[in-house]
Amino acid sequence: MKRTLLTTVASAIFGLGLVSGGASAADKWNGGDDLPTSPLACDAGPAPAAAAKPYDGGQPAGAADKSGKPITLVDVPKLIGIGYFNATSKGMQDAAKELGNVKVKTDGPTEAKIDEQIKFIDNYITSGVDGVLFAANDPVAIAPVLKKALSKGIHVVGYDANSSPDAREWFINQAQFNGIAKAMVDAMAKEAGEDKSFAIVTSTFTTPNQARWIAEMSAYAAKCHPKLKWLETVEAQEDNVLSFNQATTLINKYGDKLSGLFGMTSVATPASAEAVTKAKLCGKVAVVGLATPNAMKPYVGTDCVKSVVLWNPVDLGYAATFVMRAVADGKLKAGGTSVDAGKLGKLNVVNGSEILLGSPFIFSKDNIKDFDF
Amino acid sequence: MAALAQTPPRTLPSWLFRHETLVAAILVVALAGLGALNERFLTVDNLLNQGRLMTEVGLIALPMTFVIVTGGIDLSVGAIVGLCAIMLGVSWKTLGLPLPLAILVALGVGALAGFVNGWVITRVKVPPLIMTIATLALYRGLAEGVSQAHSVRNYPEWFYFAGQGELFGVPAQLWILLGAIVVAGVALDRTVFGRTLYAIGANETAARFSGLPVDRTKLIVYTLSGLMAGVSGWILVSRVTTTRSDMGIGYELDVIAAVVLGGTSIFGGVGTIWGTVVGLVMIQLLKNGLALTGVKGDATIVVIGLVLIASTLIASSLQRRRDAGG
Repeated sequence: MKRTLLTTVASAIFGLGLVSGGASAADKWNGGDDLPTSPLACDAGPAPAAAAKPYDGGQPAGAADKSGKPITLVDVPKLIGIGYFNATSKGMQDAAKELGNVKVKTDGPTEAKIDEQIKFIDNYITSGVDGVLFAANDPVAIAPVLKKALSKGIHVVGYDANSSPDAREWFINQAQFNGIAKAMVDAMAKEAGEDKSFAIVTSTFTTPNQARWIAEMSAYAAKCHPKLKWLETVEAQEDNVLSFNQATTLINKYGDKLSGLFGMTSVATPASAEAVTKAKLCGKVAVVGLATPNAMKPYVGTDCVKSVVLWNPVDLGYAATFVMRAVADGKLKAGGTSVDAGKLGKLNVVNGSEILLGSPFIFSKDNIKDFDF
Repeated sequence: MAALAQTPPRTLPSWLFRHETLVAAILVVALAGLGALNERFLTVDNLLNQGRLMTEVGLIALPMTFVIVTGGIDLSVGAIVGLCAIMLGVSWKTLGLPLPLAILVALGVGALAGFVNGWVITRVKVPPLIMTIATLALYRGLAEGVSQAHSVRNYPEWFYFAGQGELFGVPAQLWILLGAIVVAGVALDRTVFGRTLYAIGANETAARFSGLPVDRTKLIVYTLSGLMAGVSGWILVSRVTTTRSDMGIGYELDVIAAVVLGGTSIFGGVGTIWGTVVGLVMIQLLKNGLALTGVKGDATIVVIGLVLIASTLIASSLQRRRDAGG
């Protein structure tokens, strides 16, 4: 633990020196990526229809015809043993049970390390599975091993965190990035106040989802809540203790100036809420973030946290398994526009080779009791 | 215990009772067992692929053996891997250097980082544990600061050869590892340099009074450790096609585990390169074999932990036996 802390301190010192050296990009929030953003409209209107894009996924080489036959899948999430990926894994088991001809096993590293994840996937390629489901720790670094799977005729479908498109066939997009960004920033503006300052606790600046959300949040805030003031983005891996410490540091550092905290991971959000609770600042510092309901129930119950933004990860795992089955059955081919996902109904293809799960879901005091994951 | 304390029958050669031999024997048994359980384990394809995956840790484990034989430790190697990876990417993409030169810059930064460790350890007399914990944080922080959280991608195709290519059917980086193993093995076992390492580890004061260049040797060893971490970083970037500041996190523990499992004493003075190679192969193939047999990741690390404890117990009882016999 000390090691991570020291690292962060050193990083902060050197990072600060370098960042302040070239502080030209002052209006862009730290921790976002450089990809183009597409903020949604400020009112609650429907998302603008994205321009249709041709299929850009990859295809397995000489995959055996498994139409209707039993298939064995492995699911390699970013890491195992956390509530979020337990929930996606549960969704996969639900789908497997419903389908009857799918066997899926979840295995992966105990820390969100890309190098470990690559080794897991590599081992499962050798052990001979019919399909790999993954949530990438790094979109580019994971690509070679996924391409290797494709080259051996193994189907590859991603969920939660994407890889380069040509390294997998399909990706289940849990929510459009700009949709999440809008929900988060709107909630913050409502709870903290339109002209208040806030800080962000994220995993690392290079984690693809978090970087994308932060970039989109920055763009949406500039467009719809221009007076909201960003103070700082801090890295906390996906580590409980570190997240708590980072949030506490922010609270101490900015004092009264700090009116809100964004938690960008399912670990950072409850840890930030805990930090605010411990500092007795409930009601003064709003916590808005992505998290699983079980972790947030205590804080929502005490009114310390009002909105938890997420999608349903059980549905996400469920959809990923149905998509994999449809791919193996030949029902979902390159260029397809929708796929049948059991109880979720028809899901639409967006962005060429992504399948959209739906709009983000906001857990609040009224509905959080209905969820258990 | 009583059985272990007995002197072995004189007909058996003493190398049979060396730690490395025992670990190698366990390795063979484990491989045979895992091979019998899973037909995909003992295939040329899988074994070569495992060789590819263990190269990065293996390259660092060689100089780490030197470091630990002198009674020192280098915990900063994982951070140096990250720093070198970042320097490679930044000097190529941001500073616009030609890629071969950028690779050299990365290796140079690695050597420099190791040199700084060695310099402070020998001149300021900071214990290696403290110094390298400090530089672990320092180098990782530098890596994150320099990268400014941006990863560098889209290297030219030839760059991926070292990490993904093959030469005569064997992964390219495995040749580098094999070459490094031979050089390190000869250096430790057959040269004055190697003897000096053992002398320092066995009794540094005595080595000093014997007129051995203790400080210079240590400086070389830590520099070498940094340099090899740089090589490892380069190969890692080539294998995963991208540069991230969090690369190599936790490598120090994998490396030290392999070295210690191979019979190198953490107190210095004892250890061989071939032991380290056996330890390295053991950990890699155990992980792989267990995974292929259907054991999940969290259970696998439990097994690795148990193997490490068992090996330490064996090592210490062997040591006691030797002490009693000697």
